[in-house]
Amino acid sequence: MTLPLIQFVDIKKSFGSNHVLKGVNLSIYQGDILAVIGKSGTGKSVLLKHIIGLVSQDSGELLIRGIPLHSMPRKEKLLFKNELSYMFQENALFDFLTVFDNIALPLAENCLYPKSIIEERVNTRMQQLGLGPIGGKFPFQLSGGMRKRVALARALVTDPKVVLFDEPTTGLDPIRKKKVHTMIEEYQRQFGFTAVIVSHDIPEIFDLAQHVAMLDEGKIVFQGTKEDILHTHTNIVNAFIRGEE
Amino acid sequence: MAKPYINRPMDTKQIENIGGATLDAVTSIGRMTLFFISGVACIFVRPFQLDKIFDHTWFIGAKSLFVIVLTGLFTGMVLGLQGYYTLVTFGSEAALGAAVSLSIIRELGPVLSAIMITARAGSAMAAEIGVMRISEQIDALETMQIHPIRFLFSPRIVAALISFPLLTAIFDVVGIFGGYLTGSLMMGINQSVYMDKVVESVRTIDIFGGFLKSFVFAIVVTTICCYRGYYTHLSTTQGYGAKGVSMATTNSVVQSCVYILIVDYIITYFLV
Repeated sequence: MTLPLIQFVDIKKSFGSNHVLKGVNLSIYQGDILAVIGKSGTGKSVLLKHIIGLVSQDSGELLIRGIPLHSMPRKEKLLFKNELSYMFQENALFDFLTVFDNIALPLAENCLYPKSIIEERVNTRMQQLGLGPIGGKFPFQLSGGMRKRVALARALVTDPKVVLFDEPTTGLDPIRKKKVHTMIEEYQRQFGFTAVIVSHDIPEIFDLAQHVAMLDEGKIVFQGTKEDILHTHTNIVNAFIRGEE
Repeated sequence: MAKPYINRPMDTKQIENIGGATLDAVTSIGRMTLFFISGVACIFVRPFQLDKIFDHTWFIGAKSLFVIVLTGLFTGMVLGLQGYYTLVTFGSEAALGAAVSLSIIRELGPVLSAIMITARAGSAMAAEIGVMRISEQIDALETMQIHPIRFLFSPRIVAALISFPLLTAIFDVVGIFGGYLTGSLMMGINQSVYMDKVVESVRTIDIFGGFLKSFVFAIVVTTICCYRGYYTHLSTTQGYGAKGVSMATTNSVVQSCVYILIVDYIITYFLV
């Protein structure tokens, strides 16, 4: 059996008296597209933030290729974090930087490449995502859909091995939603990264994801293929997919 | 018959509140100290962020120039006027140059410059960083392996260390000129007497003291304003979102002004 790339083992997380994750067990495999679904406020974003290190668990283990993240040597931990990329729900673009500088930021600030190579890589990503002539504009001058694409370009510019998408289509119309999904699917095929997508777009997300996990009341109540979820007999899952209480 | 224990639950709650507030205050001081140390340490991490330092120096320094000149001029003019009417009753109006220059160089220059920069640039720092916090831009920096304190605070503190003394020096010069305008040109004190008294009375230690204050104020103001913005989300009493940012901005300005006056007293105590 293949070793999961990332594995949650009985992860618990509370914010004060609010118990968000109550023992999450979840496996994410290399090269997979995993969709995490669930009602609003069930801790899907918190789950994603555990992987990138923005939030730490109160108890339980987060295993990376079978090794607990907390016991990893600092250098290895840093190498793993360099493999990750995160696309925020509200994009989190920097208002004071141009589109070009926003996309170049992770490369420029970490001094990963000379200026000419950074320019080349940013221009390539911008072309691939259809952002050609807007490099000099600021995020507030763009439409919602364009900003999403800029955020996606920034997430992909470092050639990450794992990309975490926190509701990437929030606030978009159905046409743009489909475009973002197609974009993720195309780039995942092209670059081969592992994708974890928190989404409310049901059933559209099933066309994109290879596996689906459902979070409810702080626990994973279902994990399987998209075919499995459509034929499951679990009441909570069926009700959620149908949009019933 | 008295009921001595009837208020006990209330008393316990009050003690809990005091204890909680004390713990919060100690935690906040500790966090702010770590924030400052981390920011200063990051100044020396290569590559040096010269472009950002330049941008912030422009914002804190050059863009505050007008307000500093205006404040300095009117402070000097008021001092000249008040000083003249006070000194003339003792027949010592010739000492106006000394009174104006020493008041400005030792106290008013550094303190008023720092307060004006806090109002103009400090509030902007707190608001900008606060908005970055609530819109997840600071989280985004962390996900990109960019040290947020190095990115946001370190260049600002260097820029403030450059700008504060320069603006204070400009305030001093303009202020002394303001005193000259009212004292000599309006009230008729001999111009060369005014200037001679300025040159005669001001010692190197006075100028050094003024600059020392402006350096310390630069550190105090930048640390408080950036810290308040950076940790906007941790203040549960202020609320989150726009309300939290506005409260963080207000608090940063008030706290900076109070600390400027406290630190001013402490430095003056050791200098005199």
